[in-house]
Amino acid sequence: MLAKLMGFFLLGLVRVLTGSQARWYGCPPKAEQRIYFANHQSHADLVMIWAALPEELRSITRPIAARDYWTKSPFRQWITTAVFNAIYVERQAAPPPTAPAGPAADTVGAPPGGPDPAPETPTPSPEALRAALPDTDPLAPLVRALESGDSIIIFPEGTRGHGDDPQPFKSGLFRLAQMFPHVVLVPAWINNVQRVIPKGEVVPVPILCSVTFGAPLQLEPGEERRPFLDRARRAVMALREV
Amino acid sequence: MNAFLRSLTTTQQIGALFLVVFGVLSLFTLWGFVRSLRGAPDDDADAASERKAQARRLRALLQTSWAMATVFWVGWVLGDTAATVLFALVAFFALREFITLSPTRRGDHRSLVLAFFLVLPLQFVLVGTRHFDLFTVFIPVYVFLALPVVSALANDPQRFLERSAKLQWGIMVCVYGMSHVPALLLLDFPGQEPGRGAFLVFYLVLAVQTCMVVQHLLGRRFPHKPVAPQVSQSFQWASWLAGVAVGGLVGGLLSFITPFKPGQALGMALLACVAGSLGHLVMKALKRDRGITSWGMQGRSVTGAGGLLDRVDALCFAAPVFFHSVRWYFGL
Repeated sequence: MLAKLMGFFLLGLVRVLTGSQARWYGCPPKAEQRIYFANHQSHADLVMIWAALPEELRSITRPIAARDYWTKSPFRQWITTAVFNAIYVERQAAPPPTAPAGPAADTVGAPPGGPDPAPETPTPSPEALRAALPDTDPLAPLVRALESGDSIIIFPEGTRGHGDDPQPFKSGLFRLAQMFPHVVLVPAWINNVQRVIPKGEVVPVPILCSVTFGAPLQLEPGEERRPFLDRARRAVMALREV
Repeated sequence: MNAFLRSLTTTQQIGALFLVVFGVLSLFTLWGFVRSLRGAPDDDADAASERKAQARRLRALLQTSWAMATVFWVGWVLGDTAATVLFALVAFFALREFITLSPTRRGDHRSLVLAFFLVLPLQFVLVGTRHFDLFTVFIPVYVFLALPVVSALANDPQRFLERSAKLQWGIMVCVYGMSHVPALLLLDFPGQEPGRGAFLVFYLVLAVQTCMVVQHLLGRRFPHKPVAPQVSQSFQWASWLAGVAVGGLVGGLLSFITPFKPGQALGMALLACVAGSLGHLVMKALKRDRGITSWGMQGRSVTGAGGLLDRVDALCFAAPVFFHSVRWYFGL
């Protein structure tokens, strides 16, 4: 009940501040299982894309939230679990004992590490890949959500970008695409959110934002990891101009 | 008829005014509906799509008019405070559009927060509480000197003058200009029962909008050489003069709902029309500078802006000029 009220309140707030306009260019809003992948410039991206989805899709779509940021206070934790129904991911892959990869970068969405999908030839079946995934893998919660039939929203850059262009995509998207070939991959461009609330600021400024959804992508048979990730990134960036 | 109208109380008169407005809107809507029912002759596809586009434009215009009339009506029913809040919301959304399309840098964030959440509400509170002397100088004096300080403290000198100017101009047009409309509601003329400000707003809006529409239609019908083709393809002296004249005339004819004599009403309406139509031209130049044709056009492709500013910019320029002329002329 309280969560529902909070949801309404947040939705109203986001609409007043940003307009939260969804523009469906490459595909209609449809209740099929999807992975939305978007550029990432602000923590508000999560709220933004959640608000832009139509009501019916919002209930079956779960955004990714960085565990360390979104569980810092009880309120944040409550809002991500009860209102957004988010999936927590560790920003850091359970690090191999030797090399913790530098200072805990500001990573969200598809987590950076995890062992690369083992030898790429011969390609194992999606089921085998899923079964082979260790529980400690940062992707494990996403895989569980997808297995239970939910759609998810991920930010494959891993960390919030600073410049105009998104950073190179991390491999998480590729691995999910391998494991769930039937799930539709929808690119999305979130526009302007970094102006609403830049890093380090608390009070948002009202500026119109939009989320543009593009034409679905598919992992071609035999497509390598890097080319696929670059293609996905270009698909996201192309939506800026639509 | 006139005697009967005069026998009504102010409230009843305003109610009658809204009845007339809604009646006219209903007639137009009905006409549009009947027209849409009429079977289209099967000629070529071009004419059909042109007709469709025309119908869509008409529908959009009607929708805007209904929405605006309803908003005015709700504002009037709920009283002056509600009306002031309503105009504050309009100013908020207009400023949101303006800022969306004016690139700002990170260093402007705090100034923007102040502009939206402090300056804007404060200005309308000053209007609502009738601090007329303070509200006319609050923005041009205090805010314009204080905001750059906040921006400067952000430690980012890049394009500083340009950014400050953008913010100030946005506040000037969207907040300062718009806040003068509810101020009219609260203006009390000596020897008149209070609460007749609604008529003054109606008078101003009708005169300015008539001027804009006539100017637009005449410019379409009899195209002349545009005066400033880089800024506006449609602005030309002939249609501008005609628009201002018709707007002034409408104002003069409406003198019976204002505290003015017919001559005064004509003069005030002319002044408001000149300010409004030229202000619209200035806003066009701003839009050209941003490389867009309307605040709404861009909306469809990038920002989702509804083009609210396009509808109210003339009013934003006309209202302050009109308000201060009235106060000065009548020594209020």
